[in-house]
Amino acid sequence: MITLSINGESHTVDVEPETPLLWALRDTLGMTGTKYGCGIAQCGACTVLVDDQAMRSCQFPVSRVGKSKITTIEAIEQDEVGRKVVEAWVAQQVPQCGYCQSGQVMAATALLKETPKPTEEDILYGMSNLCRCGTYNMVAAAVRQAAA
Amino acid sequence: MNAIAPLDLSAVTPLLPQSGVANMSRRGFLGSAGALLLGVALPLGRAKAEEGAAAIPPKPGTRVPAFLEIRPDGSVKLLSPFVEGGQGINTGIAQIVGEELDVNPARFEVECAPPGPDYALVNGIRMTGGSFSTRSSYAPMRRLGATAREMMIRAAAERLGVQSSELETDDGKVVHKASGRTVGYGELAAKALLLTPKDDVVLRDPATFRYIKRPIARLDVRAKSTGKAIYAIDQKVDGMLYAAVQHAVHFGSNPTALDNEAAVKAMPGVHSIHLLPGAVAVTANSWWRARKAVEALKAQWTSPKPTGIDTIAADFSSQGMLDALKGSKSEALPAESEGDAAAAFARAAKVIEAEYDAPYLAHAQLEPPSAIARFNGDGKLEIWLPNQMPELFQATAAKTAGIQPDQVIVHSPMLGGFFGRHFMYGPSNPFQQAILLAKATGRPVKVLWSREEEFLNDALRPLSHTRFRAALGADGYPTAIEARTVGEGPIGRWFGALFNTPVDSSAVEGVVEKPYAIPNRKMEFVKLAHPVNIAFWRSVGHSMNDFFYEGFLDEIALAGGKDPFELRLALLKDKPRQKKLLQAVADLSGGWKRGPYEAEGGKRARGVSMASPFGSETATIAEVSLEDGSTRVHNIWVVIDPGSIVNPAIVKAQVESAAALGLSTALFEQVVYENGVREAKNYDAYQILRRENMPAVHVGIIESGEPMGGIGEPGLPGVPPAVVNAVAALTGQRIRSLPISKTKLSGV
Ligand code: FES
Ligand code: FES
Repeated sequence: MITLSINGESHTVDVEPETPLLWALRDTLGMTGTKYGCGIAQCGACTVLVDDQAMRSCQFPVSRVGKSKITTIEAIEQDEVGRKVVEAWVAQQVPQCGYCQSGQVMAATALLKETPKPTEEDILYGMSNLCRCGTYNMVAAAVRQAAA
Repeated sequence: MNAIAPLDLSAVTPLLPQSGVANMSRRGFLGSAGALLLGVALPLGRAKAEEGAAAIPPKPGTRVPAFLEIRPDGSVKLLSPFVEGGQGINTGIAQIVGEELDVNPARFEVECAPPGPDYALVNGIRMTGGSFSTRSSYAPMRRLGATAREMMIRAAAERLGVQSSELETDDGKVVHKASGRTVGYGELAAKALLLTPKDDVVLRDPATFRYIKRPIARLDVRAKSTGKAIYAIDQKVDGMLYAAVQHAVHFGSNPTALDNEAAVKAMPGVHSIHLLPGAVAVTANSWWRARKAVEALKAQWTSPKPTGIDTIAADFSSQGMLDALKGSKSEALPAESEGDAAAAFARAAKVIEAEYDAPYLAHAQLEPPSAIARFNGDGKLEIWLPNQMPELFQATAAKTAGIQPDQVIVHSPMLGGFFGRHFMYGPSNPFQQAILLAKATGRPVKVLWSREEEFLNDALRPLSHTRFRAALGADGYPTAIEARTVGEGPIGRWFGALFNTPVDSSAVEGVVEKPYAIPNRKMEFVKLAHPVNIAFWRSVGHSMNDFFYEGFLDEIALAGGKDPFELRLALLKDKPRQKKLLQAVADLSGGWKRGPYEAEGGKRARGVSMASPFGSETATIAEVSLEDGSTRVHNIWVVIDPGSIVNPAIVKAQVESAAALGLSTALFEQVVYENGVREAKNYDAYQILRRENMPAVHVGIIESGEPMGGIGEPGLPGVPPAVVNAVAALTGQRIRSLPISKTKLSGV
C-alpha cells in the first residue's frame, strides 16, 4: 500500500512500487485527465505537477513520490496560475484533437509558476510537449497571454 | 492458456460489402456533394434483419428526431453523422443546424450518432474522412435545421391558437409579436418532433447569417483544456479487465506455444493469458500489470511466409520495396492522357527526367488505439472504439462475434487525433482482439496497444515512386509531361469492391489533374501491391504526389531558364481561380522573391507550390534557411480556396495543423523496414515535428463561390514541395526523396 497526496487529498493505492504514477492515476484512481502517449518521457501527455514542478508521470514510479504533493489536470482550476492558463487556452482556442492538451496545460502552469514572465526562449524550452495536431503556435500564444 | 482460432480474414476484408453496392468511379464519389447518391452501402445482414416496411431506409439527413433532441431547458443535443477528432466538425455542424433552427450553437451538445441509415450523408455512405464532412452535410443539415424550426412554429401555432404565419423565432423561442407571447423550443419539442415534416421549408437568406461564416468558438475547447474530454482510452465499464498485447515480430506469423505461462500467470493482477491471431495477450486488473506480464511472456511463433501480401517476409525492407517500385517493368495503365506526348518529345528542344519517392509514414496520433468489448446479458455486443465508419465497424464486429449487426451497439468517442488512422484496417485495429478476449473471459475487456505496439502495427501511408519526363520547347516552356507512378493506394486496397476502376485514384491524385497548361500529357499508373498494411493518411495520395509533381515542375522551370513562380503563373493563364490564388499567396508573403536573400543575419530562400486536393485549391510559399546543415523553415504562407466556408477560425486552425504535419513529413518522418521489421517503435526514433521546428504559419482564405471543398486535409500537400523548392533555391540541391533529413545539405 502506498499513500499519495493528490490534489490536496490523500489516496492509498495497492500497486507494485515501480508502477508509474500515470497508471496509478488512470487505472487505480480513475483520474483519466492525465494521458498516456508514449510511456518513455518523450511526448509530455502525462505531465503532472510534483511539488509544482512539471513531471512526466509515465516514468515516475509511485515509490518515488514520497511526501510530494501531486497536482493533476483534474484540479487545475483550483490553482490560481492554472486557472489563468486554462482561460488563456480557451481564449486562444488552443486544442484541436485535445489529447496532448492536459499535458500542455500542466507544463504551462509549471513554467509560469517558476517563471511568471517567460521569454520566448523560456517558452521554447519549457513547453517541449509534442502535439501531433501542430498547435505549437497557439500554445505559445496562450502561454504569453496567461503571463501577461 | 486459451488459444483462440485464427481470425476469419473474410471478416475484415474487403472493407465494404459487395452486395447492394453499385460499382462506381471514385470521381463520382468525389464529385460535388450530393451529386451522386449511391445504392445504400449498408453492412451485410442489415437488410435481412430489417425486412418488411422498415427495410426502406430513410433518405439520409432528413429525419429530424434522428438528429435532434431539444431538451426542456432549450439546449440541443445533436447526433452527428461524423466523429470529432480535432477538425472542429462538432462545432461546424452545430453552426449549420443552429443557423436554420435558430438556436445559438453554443447551446449545442454534439455526439457521434450510433449506426443507422439516417447518417449516410457522404454520397450514401457514412464516414468521417476525405475532408467530406462539412461539404457533404452543409445542404442537408441546413435543411434539417429549417425543417425542425418549421415544426416548432407549427406546434406553437396550435398551442397559442394562432396561424403559423403570425409567428417568428428568436434563438430557441417561438414569438407571437402581436400578443407578445413566447414559447421556448424546449416546451414545444415533445409535440413538435411528432409532426409530419414539410419538405418545402424556406432556408435563411445567407446575407442574414449569424453563425455560419463566423469564427464561433469551438464547443469542446474548455473540456479539452481541463482534462474532461473523454476519449476511447478513458472509457471504463464495470467489471472490466485490462488487456495488453504483444504482436508477432513478423506480421503474418502466429503464436503456437508459450514457454513460461505458469510464471507469467503468477504475476501480480494477472487474470488470463491468450493466444490470438498474430499476437499474445494478457488480461489483468490494471493495464500496467497486463503490459508487464505480456512483455514477460516467451512465445513460440510460426515463421513468416517467404512471400505474399498477407505477410511480411523475413527479408523484407522498405529499400527493397522501393527498388521493386523503381524496377517494375509492368505495363502501365493510362491515368491521364492529353494530346500527343510522343510527338512532343520527338520535337523537343530539351528533355529532362527525374525520379521522386516518398516513404512509408505512421499516423502517430497521440492517443494510442484501444477498444472495449462487452457481451450483455441479452446477447448483444457493446463496443467502444475509435472509428471513422461506425456501420462498417459494427458489421465487422458482428462477424467477429458471430452475431447479426443489429446485435452490436457501437459507441464512437472523440478521437485523440486520427489523420486517417481509424478506418478499418483489419489486424491494425484492436477491437477484434477485444471482442475475442471478452468472449474468452466472459468479462468486458479493454484492449490498449502500447505506443510501441502501435508504431509496429499501425497501417501505413504507402511508400511510393514516380518517374517523370518533360519536353521543353525552344522558348523554355514545357510542351509535354510524362509520369509513371508505381505502387498501390488505400482506395484500391480497402474500397476496391466499391470503386472498381483499374487506376487507383488514391495512388495518382496530385500527379494527375494538375491545373497547368502543358498541352501534351501522358500520366500512367502501375499497380504493385505492398505486403505492408496500407492506410489513408491525411491528404492520402496528395501527401506525396504533389511533392513529386511540384518539385519536378520547379526542375522544368529551371531547365527552361524561368523563375518557378513566373512559370506557374504563365501555365495558369486559362485558370483564373488558381491564378488568383497564386497571386494571393505571393501578396500574403509580401511579394514573390525566390532568393537567396539576406534576412536576420543569414541567407534565406523561398519555394512555391500549388495543389488541388479534396475539392479545394491551395497555393503555398515556404521560407527556409540552413542551420548546421539542416533545414530551418521560418514561415509558411498558405492561401486556400475551398469555394465557401462555415467557420473561418476552424479553417485557419486546420490549415495550420495540416501545414505542420506536411512539414513534419518533409523534414523527418519515415517508417523504415529492415529484415522484415519496422525500426522505430516510439517517438524517440520516429521523429515528428517539435516546437523548435514550428514555423510561423500565415493562412489566407478565398471564397470563390465554387462548390464547397474540403478543409481538414488540403493544407498539407503544398508544404513539402514548397519547402523542397526553397531548399533548392537556397542550396542548389534538389531533394527528390523524402524526408529531407536523409540528405546532407551544404551551406551556401
Ligand atoms: S506518456 Fe509520458 S511522456 Fe509520453
Ligand atoms: S491537440 Fe491533438 S495532439 Fe495536440
